[in-house]
Amino acid sequence: MTIHDLTPDPLVLYGEHFASRLMLGTSRYPSPSVLLKAIETASPAMLTASLRRQTGSGGEASQSFWNLLRQANVPVLPNTAGCHSVQEAITTAEMAREVFETDWIKLELIGDDYTLQPDTLNLPEAASRLVKSGFKVLPYTTDDLVLCQRLVDVGCQAVMPWAAPIGTGKGPINPHALRSLRERLNVPMIVDAGLGLPSHACQVMEWGYDAVLLNTAVALAQNPVSMARAFADAVNAGRAAYLSGAMQAQDSAQPSTPVLGTPFWHQA
Amino acid sequence: MSENTIQVRINQTTYTLPQGATLADAVTAVGIQPPFAAAVNLQFVPRGQYAQHALVNQDQIELIAPITGG
Repeated sequence: MTIHDLTPDPLVLYGEHFASRLMLGTSRYPSPSVLLKAIETASPAMLTASLRRQTGSGGEASQSFWNLLRQANVPVLPNTAGCHSVQEAITTAEMAREVFETDWIKLELIGDDYTLQPDTLNLPEAASRLVKSGFKVLPYTTDDLVLCQRLVDVGCQAVMPWAAPIGTGKGPINPHALRSLRERLNVPMIVDAGLGLPSHACQVMEWGYDAVLLNTAVALAQNPVSMARAFADAVNAGRAAYLSGAMQAQDSAQPSTPVLGTPFWHQA
Repeated sequence: MSENTIQVRINQTTYTLPQGATLADAVTAVGIQPPFAAAVNLQFVPRGQYAQHALVNQDQIELIAPITGG
């Protein structure tokens, strides 16, 4: 068991402990230096990264990003973004394992290019083969309960349902589905994709989700570093609220201040 | 292409290599710098096997490197 931090309420994934419940993407930032400052500010559990063909001047950009990852010194979660077939995803994961020297993989198997919706029919097969190959698979999935259960059945020790399509920032578009999913599945669950505001992150953490993974909401903020802090705080607040046990909402008003001893009460 | 050469596609660009060329030769031809990983015809080839992996005509080679991602 790897222990990244002896925090009293760690995020536990595949037996590994993480102090933070925020996972951060590394794309679309205004500059590498802003990305690095956002990482330092948010102290995320993991950073997502990807692999692409190296062309032209891309070699320098890749080397620069590689150096940034080493400087950040945060565990890397490679993804299989852009893969449309099971074999593409598996080969990309194997390549990522060699490059990033990690068994972690964020499994993305895209079924529709317009919505970037996961290929829900083939996702369990891809996940199963990767698990059997020794990967620690974190599958990006829809909020479909049965699909998520299948992913657990094939060996995924955590699942990552979307809140909304990637990059939309809409926040949870189907709260009922996400809440039902949380109530029904007893594995760590990370809301991945579609969050736009810290309040979205806080909301899903209040529902009992174990962590959130986001990228665009921070990267495209006017001040990404400040927004990274806001999301980190929101995740912590939501987690604390979940652990604290929220009161039940009431239909009728209940005075907070004791009525007994109220001056002038029924004096007339 | 002569009888002594093969044509392969590396990252979607056509290269002519000598017959008997290996994946290590393809990597050298492209000049890619580490870190990167390789696949031939959609099958991952571990780094330690480049010199033993013989290429054949029309092989599709992917050499990919780290980039940002979400």
